[in-house]
Amino acid sequence: MAKFNMNPLKNPMPSQDPQVRNGNFDEVALGYTAEMAIDEAKRCINCKNRPCVAACPVNIKIPEFIAKIAEGDFEGAYQIIAEDSSLPAVCGRVCPQETQCEGKCTRGIKAGCEAVGIGRLERFVADWHNANCTTQPVPGPRNGHKVAVVGSGPAGLTCAGDLARLGYEVTVFEAFHVAGGVLVYGIPEFRLPKSIVQKEVDNLKALGVKIETNMVIGRVITIEELKTEYGFDAVFIGSGAGLPKFMKIPGESLKGVYSANEFLTRSNLMKAYKADSHTPIQHGKCVAVVGGGNVAMDAARTAKRLGAEVHIIYRRGEEELPARREEIEHAKEEGIIFDLLTNPVKVLATEVTDPRDPAYGWVAGIECVRMELGEPDASGRRSPKVVAGSEFTIPVDCVIMSLGTSPNPLLKATTPGLETRKWGEIAVDEVGKTSIEGVYCGGDAATGAATVIAAMGAGKVAAKAIHEYIQSK
Amino acid sequence: MYQIVGKKSLNPTVTQMEILAPFVAKKALPGQFIILRVDENGERIPLTVAGCDRVKGTVTIIFQIVGASTESLNHKKVGESIPDFVGPLGRPTHTEGLKKVCVVGGGVGCAIALPVARALHEQGAEVTSIIGFRNKDLVILEEEFKACSKEFHLMTDDGSYGRQGNVVAPLKELLEKGETFDEVITIGPLIMMKFVCAATKEYGVKTIASMNPIMIDGTGMCGGCRLTVGGEMKFACVDGPEFDGHLIDFDEAMSRSRTYAEFETHEREKTCNLFKQEVK
Repeated sequence: MAKFNMNPLKNPMPSQDPQVRNGNFDEVALGYTAEMAIDEAKRCINCKNRPCVAACPVNIKIPEFIAKIAEGDFEGAYQIIAEDSSLPAVCGRVCPQETQCEGKCTRGIKAGCEAVGIGRLERFVADWHNANCTTQPVPGPRNGHKVAVVGSGPAGLTCAGDLARLGYEVTVFEAFHVAGGVLVYGIPEFRLPKSIVQKEVDNLKALGVKIETNMVIGRVITIEELKTEYGFDAVFIGSGAGLPKFMKIPGESLKGVYSANEFLTRSNLMKAYKADSHTPIQHGKCVAVVGGGNVAMDAARTAKRLGAEVHIIYRRGEEELPARREEIEHAKEEGIIFDLLTNPVKVLATEVTDPRDPAYGWVAGIECVRMELGEPDASGRRSPKVVAGSEFTIPVDCVIMSLGTSPNPLLKATTPGLETRKWGEIAVDEVGKTSIEGVYCGGDAATGAATVIAAMGAGKVAAKAIHEYIQSK
Repeated sequence: MYQIVGKKSLNPTVTQMEILAPFVAKKALPGQFIILRVDENGERIPLTVAGCDRVKGTVTIIFQIVGASTESLNHKKVGESIPDFVGPLGRPTHTEGLKKVCVVGGGVGCAIALPVARALHEQGAEVTSIIGFRNKDLVILEEEFKACSKEFHLMTDDGSYGRQGNVVAPLKELLEKGETFDEVITIGPLIMMKFVCAATKEYGVKTIASMNPIMIDGTGMCGGCRLTVGGEMKFACVDGPEFDGHLIDFDEAMSRSRTYAEFETHEREKTCNLFKQEVK
């Protein structure tokens, strides 16, 4: 066996130049070459306690797949990942590795040392497989049972894939005109190319999963009808997070104020960034994005690519930014301005008073206050306080609110007996079982806004529970 | 794909289509809407359901040619298909228990008001219909409204047909005369609904207005369709599309509806030119 590579730092990820990429929608990170991947794989010392595996929400056998890469057996590595993850090309790109597998990596413990680039290696393996393996998965023998999956985001796709592999006839119902959920409407092309999502969806179809688009479950067919009229033995709800939150400050209904969901959906799903799309989007000159999560970074970097000067406005400090580190770094490199410890109090309108004037009712600025961090509260987070008399205005013509979402009330309203929690999330036990027999739920619909990998983990756990439920009937 | 099985021009700018969409046809109720896309690059356009045939599995839509997408849709022929047609979305009109109702429709909004008037008529309610148009050439669905109304008023802005004036005039006269309604239901241009609501507020008559703001997904995800109703933010797609007309901030809704006005005009001109080229 080749010797370990004891370089304390990761192989850097080849990327498009920041000043070039902030003007296009092509993928930012270009991916490792085979040589880089093997070199990086050799940084894994195959330690005994394998903390990375426990820190992965779907428990991918990380040291094993990395060992295969080190040997140059990339397909072997892919097969190991595929045992636990149905969307490796997606997760290698969007997982917050620094708080999961890489955050626990033995190689990263000492100061000045970096963890093994597990995410980059996962991405390499998945891309290598997609480029070199033309064989599609084949459906195995069917077991005669039908399962309905509501929503085709990461939770739904994972659940569908696992059940199909177990022999179930799975139908996924998607409300939009394409499958993929947040992977297609939310995460931009430059971070997750849509061809990759499509490939994963095609693989599921090859496994025998049926995908029905344009179906809003709850309205066109109820959960109850899926079970009775349409003969599904079980239903998995992976309908995602839902309604965007606003700040409840004056001026949020002005023209030029978007939710991040709307702005990103226009750009990603409806391709408004392309000249031939019929869907309009505002190309702001100066855009304020309010919030500090991954979605805020995506919205900011999209606005930048559409030609704007972009400010991220976040009420806490740099350390508290909830986004992935890599997204924050990328955003900074691309020229996004971070206005931290800043909180909006009012969206200002143009000074036009005649409603017939086309300039009437548009955003002209955002009034903010400075914040300072107080003592840590019960949750350990330092809560921000307003600095008295610190009001100031940033002149902007577009504001994007990226404050998270609250659960969609549609299924709750149309499914008698479906219990929800305090904020409207669908109530589930540890395996995703809801208050209705045979109905399971996972992902953002159950937890509120979280990560792609957490949703995949929930889809996986629920698939196992659904299998046990149907087999025990 | 969703096939177009019927098409009829109601006036030079308004077209009626029947679309084969059995799942939607099975569930759609008056007041609900659908979202369609005309082609693979198309935007998602919300249209309120104008009727459906549960046996044939068809849904009727009536649309005004206002932008590039409706222009393209209008060029589709019977037998051709559109890629996407999703619904029913939104909450249905609440008609239960209503005995005497005034339905006020304006322009293409009459297409949506008609199924509501019909549903009320079929449940035995007494329906007064007031419908208004800019001129004689734009009048649609006159006979259909007459058939389900006890009292019927047709207004045109220029007096070229029916009575001259807007829909608020006969409504006010009726209320002034002491006529009472359980509810007034109004569907049409925002400015018309604003004045209808202002008139009924004076007389304390409960009024429901059907809103059709800009939206993308129609399921509560984008927030583009938000309105201020009674000082609170509401999403037309999941909370509506119908709201208490006395609480709606119509001025804000009118302003927001013009967000993409410039883009729309430009896109439509581009599309028109495209079709002209094809004809040559």
